[in-house]
Amino acid sequence: MKVTNLGYLMKEGIRGIFLHGFMSFAAVLVTVACLVIVGGFSALVYNVNIMVEDLNKTNEILAYVDSDLTDAEARSIGTRINQLPNVFKAEFKTRDVALQEFVADHQNDPAFGGLVPDDLRHRYVIVLEDNELMHETVEKIEALGGIAKVNAAFEMAEGFITLQNVLHIASITVIAVLLVVSLLIISNTVKLAMYDRKDEISIMKMVGATNGFIRLPFVVEGFVLGMLGAMIAFFILWAMYNLLVNRLAEVDTLKLFSFVPFVQLLKPMVATFAGAGLFVGVVGSWTSIRKFMDV
Amino acid sequence: MIEFSEVTKSYSVGTHALRGVSMQIEDGEFAFLVGPSGSGKSTIIKLITGELKPTSGTVHVNGYSLERIRKREIPYLRRTVGVVFQDFRLIDTKTVYENVAFAMRAIGAREGEIRDRVPYILELVGLENKSRRHPTELSGGEQQRLAIARALVNNPSTIIADEPTGNLDPARSLEIMSLLQEINNLGTTMLVVTHERDLVERFGKRVIAINEGLVVHDGMDGYYRV
Repeated sequence: MKVTNLGYLMKEGIRGIFLHGFMSFAAVLVTVACLVIVGGFSALVYNVNIMVEDLNKTNEILAYVDSDLTDAEARSIGTRINQLPNVFKAEFKTRDVALQEFVADHQNDPAFGGLVPDDLRHRYVIVLEDNELMHETVEKIEALGGIAKVNAAFEMAEGFITLQNVLHIASITVIAVLLVVSLLIISNTVKLAMYDRKDEISIMKMVGATNGFIRLPFVVEGFVLGMLGAMIAFFILWAMYNLLVNRLAEVDTLKLFSFVPFVQLLKPMVATFAGAGLFVGVVGSWTSIRKFMDV
Repeated sequence: MIEFSEVTKSYSVGTHALRGVSMQIEDGEFAFLVGPSGSGKSTIIKLITGELKPTSGTVHVNGYSLERIRKREIPYLRRTVGVVFQDFRLIDTKTVYENVAFAMRAIGAREGEIRDRVPYILELVGLENKSRRHPTELSGGEQQRLAIARALVNNPSTIIADEPTGNLDPARSLEIMSLLQEINNLGTTMLVVTHERDLVERFGKRVIAINEGLVVHDGMDGYYRV
């Protein structure tokens, strides 16, 4: 193939889109539908993941300070706890505050009326970055001087970790299946488009066109259609996502669900959609045309 | 030059399409290939254009050995052989001019060459006034002329016409055959596959008759018996 032909072949690719308008429309429509489904599900999974992570962060560790320490000494431990790896934040809580909370938690039950702050210890409420490393972090906190005891809900943390893992596996499986199904549907649509033009391909072969010459317009066409489908799907998803999040915010007065703004998903979504559009367009047309080349 | 030497061709279903065909068509020669349906004519054309490889024997076409040709060489072989089909095989979405130019572009010709050569070829086949029409706007005879123009435009040394008059009335058939003879007079080797005994006898050229995969007649007098 000569470079002088490139312009002509590009033009032929673009011309082919309009010439076979219905097939082009079908290919774009299928790409849009598949990408909106895959993208929508991925966005949902991403948000659910973040919600579970946030929920996990409510699983706090309590580190009780040795009662022999002075208030100043007790407060100084906080710096060392915050410096430990995997500690997201450690908040100091005095025994007075702890008592108030304890009594409030028990609805001012008179049975606890005799309690005085000195019956309790100063404490740190610690949130971890990764609860999978809870055991190691608790050991490190216990090893710090001045910590009398650490209370951690290991079982709850493990429960969350299992939930996250199950979610991960389930979402990856569903996304992979959706992606494969989408690719098959799109590839079949491209094949139909090729079948529509098998006579044209056989004439090109008969007059001595090289495979590269025959393929390039189809690949250009596939590229344009794939990218167009990806772009439309992206904007549809963006609009749908914002609509859904706004509606949910109106209904969900208890703030049970928190969805990230679409801007946060922008980069991975653009990259994924562009990649998928490029892949289904170029690879789809490249492989589909192969069976018509053996003439 | 086309040269078949003891060529056999069997298909996987067990059909023996050719059973030892030997023949030679010299450069610039005009020959008819005749025979009943299923006699092996199409197999011979497919062997010449590189669509098939022989099961045994050797096939030489314009300097290419078909029994050991590489896939990537086939487009270059086909540029030396123009093919005209009974059903014309034109691209309806392109104009007459574009159908011919398309064949030149397919082999990487420059726009300047295309602009010079296409009108010349269209004039040669008598379609110079219809260059902006689409194939569907042409008569059967004109469509076949267009197919001949496309086969001719890259200046192949050989033209194979597969039943070129099969879809035409007798007057148009005669016109097309005369056109093919004119092209042959300019030096292009011509192999015409046909069923039409009248035409073959009228032109009095070499006739290669095939039956059941064998050459049963090869003579210069335009007469044959299958």
